[in-house]
Amino acid sequence: MARVVVDVMLKPEILDPQGQAVQRALPRLGYQGIADVRQGKRFELEVEGPVDEAALARIHELAETFLANTVIEDFVVKVEESVAAGESK
Amino acid sequence: MTARIGVVTFPGTLDDRDTQRAVRVAGAEAVPLWHRDKDLKQVDAVVLPGGFSYGDYLRAGAISRFSPVMETIIEQAKGGMPVLGICNGFQVLTETHLLPGAMLRNNHLHFVCRDQKLRVETDNTAWTADYSAGQEISVPLKNIDGRYVADERTLDMLEAEGRVAFRYLDVNPNGSLRDIAGISNAAGNVVGLMPHPEHAVEPLVGTGRTDGLGFFTSILKKLVNA
Repeated sequence: MARVVVDVMLKPEILDPQGQAVQRALPRLGYQGIADVRQGKRFELEVEGPVDEAALARIHELAETFLANTVIEDFVVKVEESVAAGESK
Repeated sequence: MTARIGVVTFPGTLDDRDTQRAVRVAGAEAVPLWHRDKDLKQVDAVVLPGGFSYGDYLRAGAISRFSPVMETIIEQAKGGMPVLGICNGFQVLTETHLLPGAMLRNNHLHFVCRDQKLRVETDNTAWTADYSAGQEISVPLKNIDGRYVADERTLDMLEAEGRVAFRYLDVNPNGSLRDIAGISNAAGNVVGLMPHPEHAVEPLVGTGRTDGLGFFTSILKKLVNA
């Protein structure tokens, strides 16, 4: 089965208070020099059958209408290497 | 004959009973609607109440938006049926794109629960005709994803067309752009807001005032006189 990953991030101009809260916690944890943190979502889709152009077009549509709200979010669709049969992950 | 106003229950909806009660206090008939049922039971208008439908998974309102009942509501709202979205209902309406913009996590990341002062900016919608433009009201507010955002062009359009229906007064409780608490569509039949008018329809509970009742008397008068 092939894995397709959809990464969803808030658009750059949208304030991300959760990312800011993570960034502000970093110095307290001893991590210096990280100027900004943005928090997003990652979806891993295990696709049955071939990941051809038609399948990718459908996934793109799914990402655009459901996984991301394009009023506030951008998304990227990536095909990962096939997961070999029998592999536990 | 009185008006029939549908109140939708999704899994995770909290305020359906209060909303049904508010509809009845105003003098209309409340009709429970179920999320899996496409049939709207011939109601004249629909309220999408507050709560955490589908646990707010993915984004608040994102999964409810694809429920069977919403298919019919979206279609009929485009044809002019009045729809009011309160809190989670407002989030659902932005996810359907019946209303522009989107709702995000409050800028301070805290859940807010307070009596909130609002200015009713327009009496030119199906749900605000019983108020006067500029009237100040106080109703409960309770949410964590209440920050209204839209791009500058959309915000300018909403202001120019008189579609900012409610604005926060005194305190902006969540970082909403331009203090926007609620908006309407171009036709004025679809209205969404984060605060909860249905919790302020009787003096005994809520803010101790009945400032929210006007939403329900507005729609009743419109439907009965139609």
